[in-house]
Amino acid sequence: MKRREPLTNTQLLMSIAIGIFVVMYAAAMIGLGGGFMKFQQIFDLLNDNAYLIIIACALTIVMIGGGINISVGGVIGLTVMACALYLNGTGIQSWLGIITTLLLALGIGLAFGIGQGFLVSYLEIQPFIVTLAGMFLSRGLTTILSVDPVKVTNKTHEVFYAFRSTKIEIPFLGYTAANGNLIPGKLEIGAVVALAIVVLMFLMLRYMKLGRNIYALGGNQQSALMLGINVKRTRFLSYVISGLLSGLAGFVFLMHKPAGNASVAMRSEMDAIAASIIGGTLLTGGVGNVIGSFFGVMILATIQKIIALSPLNESWWQDMASGALLGFFILLQSVVLSGREKRRAKASAAKAAVLKE
Amino acid sequence: MQNDAVLTMRGIDKQFPGTRALNKVDFTLRKGEIHALMGENGAGKSTLIKVLTGVHEKDGGTIWVEGIDGEAHIHSPQEAQNIGIATVYQEITLCPNLSVAENMFIGRTEGQVVHWKDYEKRTTEILKSLGIPARAKQELGSCSLAVQQMVAIARAVDMNCKVLILDEPTSSLDDKEVAMLFSLMRDLKSRGVGIIFVTHFLEQVYEVSDRITVLRNGELVGEFAIEDLPQVELVAKMMGKDLNDLADLEEVGAKHHETGEVIYEAEHLSSSEARPFNFNIHKGEVNGFTGLLGSGRSESVRAIFGADRVTGGKVTVKGRNVKISKPHDAMKAGIGYLPEDRKKDGIIADLSVRENIILAMQVMKGFFHPMSKTQMEAFTDEYIKALSIKTASQDTPVGSLSGGNQQKVILARWLLTHPEYLILDEPTRGIDVGTKLEIQKLVLKLATEENMSITFISSEIEEMLRTCSRLIVMRDRNIVGELKGEQLTQAQVMKTIAGGEQ
Amino acid sequence: MVPTKKRGKSGSLSQLIIPLTALAILLLFNLIRDPGFYAIKVVTNNDGNSVLSGNLISIIDSASALAIIAMGMTLVTAACGGQDISVGAVAAISGAFFVKVANAGGTLTIGSVILGIVVAILGTIAFMMFNGTLVAVFKIQPMIATLILFSCGRSIAYWINGSATPQLISPIIQAMGMTIPGIPIPTPIFAVALMAILLGLVFKFTNLRLYTQSVGINQGAARLNGINPTAIKLLSFVILGVCVAVAAVIGVSRLGQLNHKTLLVDIEMDAILAVAIGGNNLGGGKFRLLGSVLGAYIIQMLTTTLYAMSVPPVNVKAYKAIVIIIIVVAGSPVIKNSVSSLVNRIRTGRKLSAAKGVK
Repeated sequence: MKRREPLTNTQLLMSIAIGIFVVMYAAAMIGLGGGFMKFQQIFDLLNDNAYLIIIACALTIVMIGGGINISVGGVIGLTVMACALYLNGTGIQSWLGIITTLLLALGIGLAFGIGQGFLVSYLEIQPFIVTLAGMFLSRGLTTILSVDPVKVTNKTHEVFYAFRSTKIEIPFLGYTAANGNLIPGKLEIGAVVALAIVVLMFLMLRYMKLGRNIYALGGNQQSALMLGINVKRTRFLSYVISGLLSGLAGFVFLMHKPAGNASVAMRSEMDAIAASIIGGTLLTGGVGNVIGSFFGVMILATIQKIIALSPLNESWWQDMASGALLGFFILLQSVVLSGREKRRAKASAAKAAVLKE
Repeated sequence: MQNDAVLTMRGIDKQFPGTRALNKVDFTLRKGEIHALMGENGAGKSTLIKVLTGVHEKDGGTIWVEGIDGEAHIHSPQEAQNIGIATVYQEITLCPNLSVAENMFIGRTEGQVVHWKDYEKRTTEILKSLGIPARAKQELGSCSLAVQQMVAIARAVDMNCKVLILDEPTSSLDDKEVAMLFSLMRDLKSRGVGIIFVTHFLEQVYEVSDRITVLRNGELVGEFAIEDLPQVELVAKMMGKDLNDLADLEEVGAKHHETGEVIYEAEHLSSSEARPFNFNIHKGEVNGFTGLLGSGRSESVRAIFGADRVTGGKVTVKGRNVKISKPHDAMKAGIGYLPEDRKKDGIIADLSVRENIILAMQVMKGFFHPMSKTQMEAFTDEYIKALSIKTASQDTPVGSLSGGNQQKVILARWLLTHPEYLILDEPTRGIDVGTKLEIQKLVLKLATEENMSITFISSEIEEMLRTCSRLIVMRDRNIVGELKGEQLTQAQVMKTIAGGEQ
Repeated sequence: MVPTKKRGKSGSLSQLIIPLTALAILLLFNLIRDPGFYAIKVVTNNDGNSVLSGNLISIIDSASALAIIAMGMTLVTAACGGQDISVGAVAAISGAFFVKVANAGGTLTIGSVILGIVVAILGTIAFMMFNGTLVAVFKIQPMIATLILFSCGRSIAYWINGSATPQLISPIIQAMGMTIPGIPIPTPIFAVALMAILLGLVFKFTNLRLYTQSVGINQGAARLNGINPTAIKLLSFVILGVCVAVAAVIGVSRLGQLNHKTLLVDIEMDAILAVAIGGNNLGGGKFRLLGSVLGAYIIQMLTTTLYAMSVPPVNVKAYKAIVIIIIVVAGSPVIKNSVSSLVNRIRTGRKLSAAKGVK
């Protein structure tokens, strides 16, 4: 019988996150009943947070490599605004219009990813500052494009509107409404895209050379270099991917709420970071996985939903809950890791005299 | 190039600004041989290795590697690796967050896709054939340091290295782990891999090596078969002494004999790095800890100063029980400590010479009593003159001074605090000969005129013999002897250090 | 990912090159664009007092809160090697304490205002100690540790006051936020000067600068000299707490009300920026408060210049971003190395040709 390996740090933290999500959801089902008893609740959570799931993946990838990207929210905002204007302004009403809009979104994300990746990796500027500038730039460009909100409606782009309104129906996960009709579960295209991205990024991180190089880079940059990995290129690509995903997330956001304005996805970068941390990603790098981050998003979303449906529905309770949750997971990480570190510290202490020059 | 040699280095020269690190050094490594490379500080061991692995570019000489036609020109670690020279350093050069299998193959596979099953299978085979107790899927960080090193070696072997350089591989291993490592080394030997074993652990060298090359001051002292070189002779060669001459040399110096009370006493003092030991020192006494690099001298004094985590023991200062668990406690008890690693533990590189000199004194005066600028400048001036510190000005960042002058700055720092007990760990390392003597004279002066107790650690025995009235000898992390009075001769010291068969 | 530290010349001046250059460029730019930009006039304000007015005054005045927070942020950065992104949210908490206590008796008096300030400072310190403990004792990275209060700080502020936007209407508040009758210079500017003086006194009568820099540069060596790194890091957060509280009081007084959502919003990013523009190493170590304060004024001047050029407020962010990028690229180690090696090549080139000339 094959003996299973003990859990790695990331697996342990992720398991805790999943466990807490399940417990939380079960508690909600028992305590609040009603909406939580329906599958649709999960679908709604996915629909509302599809964009967040995607940028959580983006952040996780960058953080595994030891970096950070706080521009993702701003890039989403810019993408949504740009695409909204494009859709409204362009004469291309057909499916081609949708595809070109998607390309525009990806293009914007790619541009930010390449620019920031270059500054961080090849000019060796601190990622916090670079992506802070990216955040400012994208938010600023959003309002330069248009100060007023821009809505994409049925009238401005019929095909797109029809596209975004399409919902995938899952009959067997539905519920029975009051009037006896069976209402199938409805999942938006954006949610499916988000789930697909989680799977894709999981596969990339696990089975592709680039993914493994990102882990190596985050684990020990010096070692990665000595092992023959092109550290600069790996880091650069991790930012490019995060930019691309931000653009995609913007497109997904547009599908969910087809309106561009200055405060789209405001502060979502912090939510993405929080979700990654909750899911077991370490800011120090080398540890993390997108499945955990997915559950991180779900935990945050569930808590918000619980509060919204409970008598405590005030926005400040939501923030407190998010803050408390984050605090809990940060301390958990610290405790779990230092416990494991102490057990390894004896083995790893290299305290003898080193070979001097 | 010899037929059975995998590596031949002839006439290697390397110059750094101010020092000649290597002077026409030869080195030969045969197939299937474990060859120890030994030398004290500044001998040139690490420079030779760095030249071989492409970290430094040699200024002269030639290198031949088996399988390469003509001279080998190595410009980077990657190139060295490509021609079959692999190095396993003391610090782990693998990624602890990845699995063993992944560390074996990352960075050298073709294609974009990771074939986990493949890597894991091959890794298990390699691990088994080399007798390494690790599992392919195991996270590397969860393996002990010894096993991590062995995985690094396994990777090198799998890359078909001809020359394997092990740089201080046993420094953090316990006896069992060392045995494991040695059996792996013997296995590799039988496969024809040439191993360069860089270490300072004498007993280990004799346990596993076939030949020894000794360097001193950048020059080749000689290459010897292990059976031709008894331990004592090895130590003599490393320190540059001729054993026959030693008998005639008697050190006559103004040795200060201690009087008075025991100013510091430790019973069963142990730390996270030092095994339990007993120690005491009298007022006005100069004692020394001697032994080869890595024998445990620094760890012992760090335990005294509270620099490492103290795990047990009783300490009395001037008769009173004190608890020294951190440096500040030791400073309050009147102890000062000049650390061995001045770059890591000594200088605060971006701060000025002046700030570095007054730092310890300032801390002792207290947070709310900053010294005036004139005071600080006066103190700094005094010590710049006293120790001939070469610096553009008091405000120069200490990081831009030469190593020797940095050392003087730290020495000034502790002298300024006028401690009752001063610990100097390799105070003369990297300092010119003239100043070395001055420091020795200074040490004697402090002991005789100011009744300061001093612990002096040095790799140079003459220094210690000139200043110390008592020598504690350490080898391989244990205290193996204490020499006083008539025993304080070069010959006796080296015999005690070397141990082994006489 | 620590950039190699370049050893500057003896201390301070070299570190200030970047902020001074940026400032000079901005000043020059405005001078060329509109010489009248710097005009300072004496006008009579709504209450009939004469006050100084003009762009320069407005810049220095508006940047007060940012300058004060930048000072505290500099210390935390220097000691802990990371940044505190919760300062805006914590400022809301400070403001909440201040308003609650000042309003407590129903009417605002000098006494209640002073008490309010004191309580605000103490309360803020308490919250900052939370951040400090996570960083200094639990060794969590500052940006992560402060993410917690960043998320829920403003909500805590709301909870303290229990209502949306409490008002503070009183001539005292107005005097604090605008000008004291009879003094032509806006009060916040005095607050900045006061904080600068206080910190200056702290630096003069304690070893804080020496200890902080030592801990930031080489924590291990600092410890071997008897310094307690944990205590120093905690202290830096305490001082930041004082700065945040004062800045919050200024912010609340200026508006005459506390809006927990918008008070000093996004100031954390600007503060970090100010520290970086000021030539301070974001990874900790040596620091110059003056640099960060200059950085704060530069950021404000940039904003005001853009307004003067009729750039809509919402677009200012984009221009800020471009300026930031230019500044950090200029300061990046890679660029610095390229420039210095280029300079060296020119110098040796000149020497060679001079030698040739002699021959």
